[in-house]
Amino acid sequence: MTPVKSKLGLSKPKIAKARELAADIAAPVQEFIDGHTTVTIERATLRLLGADGATSDGVPVPNLIASQCADKLSGGAARYYLNALIKQDRTPAELNKEIACGLDITKFELTDLGRIRNKAEEAVKGMDARIAGNVAHRNSELARNGGAMKSPLIYVIVATGNIYEDVKQAQAAAGEGADIIAVIRTTAQSLLDYVPYGATTEGFGGTYATQENFRIMRAALDETGSKEGRYIRLVNYCSGLCMPEIAAMGALERLDMMLNDSMYGILFRDINMYRTFTDQFFSRMINSAADIIINTGEDNYLTTSDAVEKAHTVLASQLINEKFAFNAGMPARLMGLGHAYEIDPELKNGFLYEYAQALMAREIFPDHPLKYMPPTKFMTGDIFKGYAMNTLFNFVSRATGQSIELLGMLTEAIHTPYLQDRHLAIENALYVHNTMAGFMDEVEFKKEGVMARRARQVLDETIEMLSDVKRRGLFSAIETGMFAEIKRPRDGGKGFDGVYEKAPGYYNPVEDFLKKKLEIGRRPRAASRG
Amino acid sequence: MLIKPYGDTSGDGAVQLSFTLPVKNCGRAKEAARLYAQKLGFHKVDVVHAAALSEEFTFFVAYGKTEVGLDYDKVEYAEAVNDCMSMDAVNEFIKTHLRRKLVIVGACTGTDAHTVGIDAIMNMKGYNHHFGLERYPMIEAFNLGSQVPNEKLLSYARQVKADAVLVSQIVTQKDVHIKNLTELVELAEAEKLRGEMLLVVGGPRVNNKLAKELGYDAGFGPGTYAEHVATFVARKLHERMSGKK
Ligand code: B12
Repeated sequence: MTPVKSKLGLSKPKIAKARELAADIAAPVQEFIDGHTTVTIERATLRLLGADGATSDGVPVPNLIASQCADKLSGGAARYYLNALIKQDRTPAELNKEIACGLDITKFELTDLGRIRNKAEEAVKGMDARIAGNVAHRNSELARNGGAMKSPLIYVIVATGNIYEDVKQAQAAAGEGADIIAVIRTTAQSLLDYVPYGATTEGFGGTYATQENFRIMRAALDETGSKEGRYIRLVNYCSGLCMPEIAAMGALERLDMMLNDSMYGILFRDINMYRTFTDQFFSRMINSAADIIINTGEDNYLTTSDAVEKAHTVLASQLINEKFAFNAGMPARLMGLGHAYEIDPELKNGFLYEYAQALMAREIFPDHPLKYMPPTKFMTGDIFKGYAMNTLFNFVSRATGQSIELLGMLTEAIHTPYLQDRHLAIENALYVHNTMAGFMDEVEFKKEGVMARRARQVLDETIEMLSDVKRRGLFSAIETGMFAEIKRPRDGGKGFDGVYEKAPGYYNPVEDFLKKKLEIGRRPRAASRG
Repeated sequence: MLIKPYGDTSGDGAVQLSFTLPVKNCGRAKEAARLYAQKLGFHKVDVVHAAALSEEFTFFVAYGKTEVGLDYDKVEYAEAVNDCMSMDAVNEFIKTHLRRKLVIVGACTGTDAHTVGIDAIMNMKGYNHHFGLERYPMIEAFNLGSQVPNEKLLSYARQVKADAVLVSQIVTQKDVHIKNLTELVELAEAEKLRGEMLLVVGGPRVNNKLAKELGYDAGFGPGTYAEHVATFVARKLHERMSGKK
């Protein structure tokens, strides 16, 4: 998978320079993150300690507890939940029911910290065992069916809105050769400041991400996987206002990948930047602990900006995403950095640029399971031309050793995929992957050819941009529209009121556990490769 | 003039179809596909490809011929603009005939978060080397972005005394766009704004006919550029001013 030497002749010192700039950019932001918590981080913590369930009106128990805590959240919500478990002598399941029926757990007098710590240790041990069990299960399944990650893995989406219809379509796709199934979330879920509860059948352009839906799809894919003799990976989104909570649910229900971008929510969902930066850190610690591959969202930049002019914004964002992920204890093998095939099909030599940019990403991120996204913006009602574009995309994907290939749908411009659209997409990808299996090792590129020059140019522009971002600071860079040409004020956007400066004595046993497990803060935050 | 699809000879009525049936792939399934296409009104149906999508679903490609013809002379459809003016021509037209700057407000409304379409029409940069309305010297353009509630769009339009309101609708699943567009027209009527400003809608699943049916002055589909909209708005306002219908 990893090319031995650079076919594009990219300069190693320049790549190192770009990484260094990304580290300098992330550092002050990380300082902010370290001193803050958010309402969803507290809810995620509660979930990992056992809080679950909802009232009859659908208000989740973690949200009930968070509102009971109100301003006390800045000291951490965990102690109140643990204290109530001790005081009431209840299991989490019993306590959850009582909370759903109206019990206010903040009214109990706090017992001594020693007892709370003991209770925490018990709860954290249980959580650790469950997550470690999931990791072990996945690894043994993967080892049983061949081990190494094939390149590229075929990734398709289901988006019916009804989890039971999703199951039918996902199982069909897996049976035909899909390795990864992503359940697209219903529109606007990312702006809900809670995670809905239970199985759902009424989404719009996607299906609600709920823990029960995760379980239903997990079981379905395990069933198909054992029939097919392959492990089928499951993906959902931990983006939006509930990043850490959805990461927690994914860890508990053995999801294998999660969409998780350090800036997507800010730029494309108008979520407050302090909120998103703080949330992405905690969510990525959870992802790392659960060995879940993240998928970042750089492809989105190219839907609002030109893919040639702004190619460097993709690389810049990948480097920033990489650094934030390293900060969260994530090894490179879990970083599915995103990029996309979105150049205007009318552009002469556009294919060469796509090829160069994809190969450049591969060479700059050799150990990362890169996520490559298909043409979407220039897909039209001409499904036949769209199918041809997807073929070229499949070609580049295979020819550059991408890791995760989100297949293009010929009907991209029309509707969320029909059953047959996915079939045609998989057939196309399997054909291309097979017919050019050895292609990558056969070719080299001219030193001064179009492709090598293109890759060098993008790297140079990236360094220029990162230097500029560093000079202004990341917060100001976002305020002035340096990413995706979208401007977001630092104190604007959704969810700002859910950000808290950690109070003295802030207590979060899950955070402590994660930091210890992932060795965060113990080693210098260098751009080390994990 | 009676017309029929053309495959390889005049009037052969040849049509290409592809569809999925909820049955396991087998000879009987193919026969079912053939009969089904026949029921749709095709004869000489040839099911040329059948592929299993799973144990329960099969995908078919079929060709059929139809006897059904259509009298083209009876088909009615009017484009919002037939001969489109260039940016410069639009500006000249406004200067000479309307003699003041036009005010145009646009947004992608409702829950729809897609901005690229409305930006293509309104933003300075435009789309595909066609400048957007912000670039037009004789047009004052306000782009309110996406996820704009209908009420907000109209109150803004009233506030700036808009000559035309442009609405973008990209998401069409479960007909959300129809609901949302209908709501806007009703609101405009309730607020007696309907005669005050032109209402124009655009999006990949929109056309002039649909727009008219919904009570809009015009509708634009894929491949629209700012000059199409500008031409329409300028001419329509001129018509209204000079009392023509
Ligand atoms: C880019 C994109 C996104 C980006 C949008 C970024 C942004 N800031 O705009 C992101 C990633 C955010 C996105 C999100 C979603 N998307 Co989207 N997206 C697209 C995509 C790939 C391209 C759209 C585009 O930019 N086209 C380019 C522009 C220039 O074309 P256009 O919009 O048609 O505009 C032209 C004309 O229609 C016309 N026009 C448009 N508006 C107007 C207005 C006026 C007044 C006039 C005169 C003309 C006019 O002129 C324009 C220029 O010629 C399309 C697929 C496709 N290829 O169409 C899916 C697509 C539109 N998205 C879709 C969906 C389902 C979603 C989500 C619901 C997914 C989800 N579950 O979260 C969310 C929507 C969230 C929400 N609340 O709306 C579906 C819609 C299906 C349907 N028919 O309803 C599509 C078709 C993809 C698919 N096959 O599933 N999306």
